[in-house]
Amino acid sequence: MNERAPSPWRTALTAAAVLGFFAVLGSALVGVAYQGTAERIAQSEREALLRQLNAILARHEYDNDLLNDYLDVSAPKRLGAETTRVYRARRQGKPVALILSPVVAQGYSGAIDLIVGIRVDGTLAGVRVLSHKETPGLGDRIDERKSPWILGFSGKSLDEPPLSRWRVKRDGGDFDQFTGATITPRAVVAAVKEALLWYRAQGPKLFEVPPQVEKTRHE
Amino acid sequence: MSDIGYRKIIVDGLWHNNQALVALLGLCPLMAVTNSLVNGLGLGLATTAVLLLSNLSVSTIRHWVRPEVRLPVFVLIIASFVTAVELVMHAWFHELYKILGIFIPLIVTNCTIIGRAEAFASRNPVLASATDALAIGFGFTAVLTLLGASRELIGQGTLLSGAHLLFGEAARAWEVTVNPDYPGVLLAILPPGAFMGLGTLIALKNLIDRYFGQRGTETAPAPTPQPEQA
Repeated sequence: MNERAPSPWRTALTAAAVLGFFAVLGSALVGVAYQGTAERIAQSEREALLRQLNAILARHEYDNDLLNDYLDVSAPKRLGAETTRVYRARRQGKPVALILSPVVAQGYSGAIDLIVGIRVDGTLAGVRVLSHKETPGLGDRIDERKSPWILGFSGKSLDEPPLSRWRVKRDGGDFDQFTGATITPRAVVAAVKEALLWYRAQGPKLFEVPPQVEKTRHE
Repeated sequence: MSDIGYRKIIVDGLWHNNQALVALLGLCPLMAVTNSLVNGLGLGLATTAVLLLSNLSVSTIRHWVRPEVRLPVFVLIIASFVTAVELVMHAWFHELYKILGIFIPLIVTNCTIIGRAEAFASRNPVLASATDALAIGFGFTAVLTLLGASRELIGQGTLLSGAHLLFGEAARAWEVTVNPDYPGVLLAILPPGAFMGLGTLIALKNLIDRYFGQRGTETAPAPTPQPEQA
């Protein structure tokens, strides 16, 4: 044995010190990266959200700060989600539409998150899919990138078609199903119908409630 | 290191030791995200960036880190860089980040990266390690892109769909629809398509190696035994 071999304690401590040093260094790197990107990430999130909202309700139809005029409501029976954020679009102070995100439908393979826009007169401004896990090629035709089916909701209301015909055609309603996939469109149609029913009961008065202020906002 | 050395590093990384086709490493992200060209390319570039950063750092510190703790140190370095890359993608490639989802943080678990850190960067100078990272990274990216392109083409009859996610709005027009009435082959988009596609690519690579091997061109040891030797 080499008599100059360092003691095991020394070896272990040096190793721990080296590891600790790199842990600090790695954390510092992540911290710097976070600081450098946090603002940009928040902005990207806002832009992405605004794009979603504007796909439902065109930019020229409202003039308020949509991203900061919202309420969080909890109506799991009607809207499917524990909390749904309701954005309130106004033009010159007058109510234009509510945009609900998310409205959750129970699809063939899990939750389908929808964003639903309802005009003040109770007609649909539009419906889009935010996320889903439906079968590619079958149920995923609810996605507007795959098929225009979801665009067919625009302009519909509880009167047009009448409430009893808010079903897919196979169930005696007015809405197309897909070849090989009935469960998915059935779930979406039912969820949109429930959202409209919720709006009829709750919606119009929500425009009067003062806007919610983000509790965890910085500054 | 001589020019021959660098040439060998590059050729090995891109071809003879291609991580996806020969080492068969990093297959989980490879299979999962290659349902379109842009997704494959995006994850390939992210992986290459992490690989380059980790090889550079590991090579720089190779004399200071004791062998007993080198692997934890490498993992720390890689995890830090992956998190940084993830944040950057979230900030500037928001939609692509949403599509690639969990597979960006999972770059940490891509064995290629710790593999190159341990097998190459911890034993070689900085410049050689950087070259190795780029060669390996582009080799991996090429396979991801090729597999993504073929699955997209066979599966939905398009190429470069979603190019704007990576290259900005101007690239939206790059999408090529080969045949608008193409019904699509679902199998190619679904996970089995990834296995079949990758298998085909590996077979093609072995065929090419064998072809050049028989012509007497000097090649690195082929991964498959030559029939006459077997």
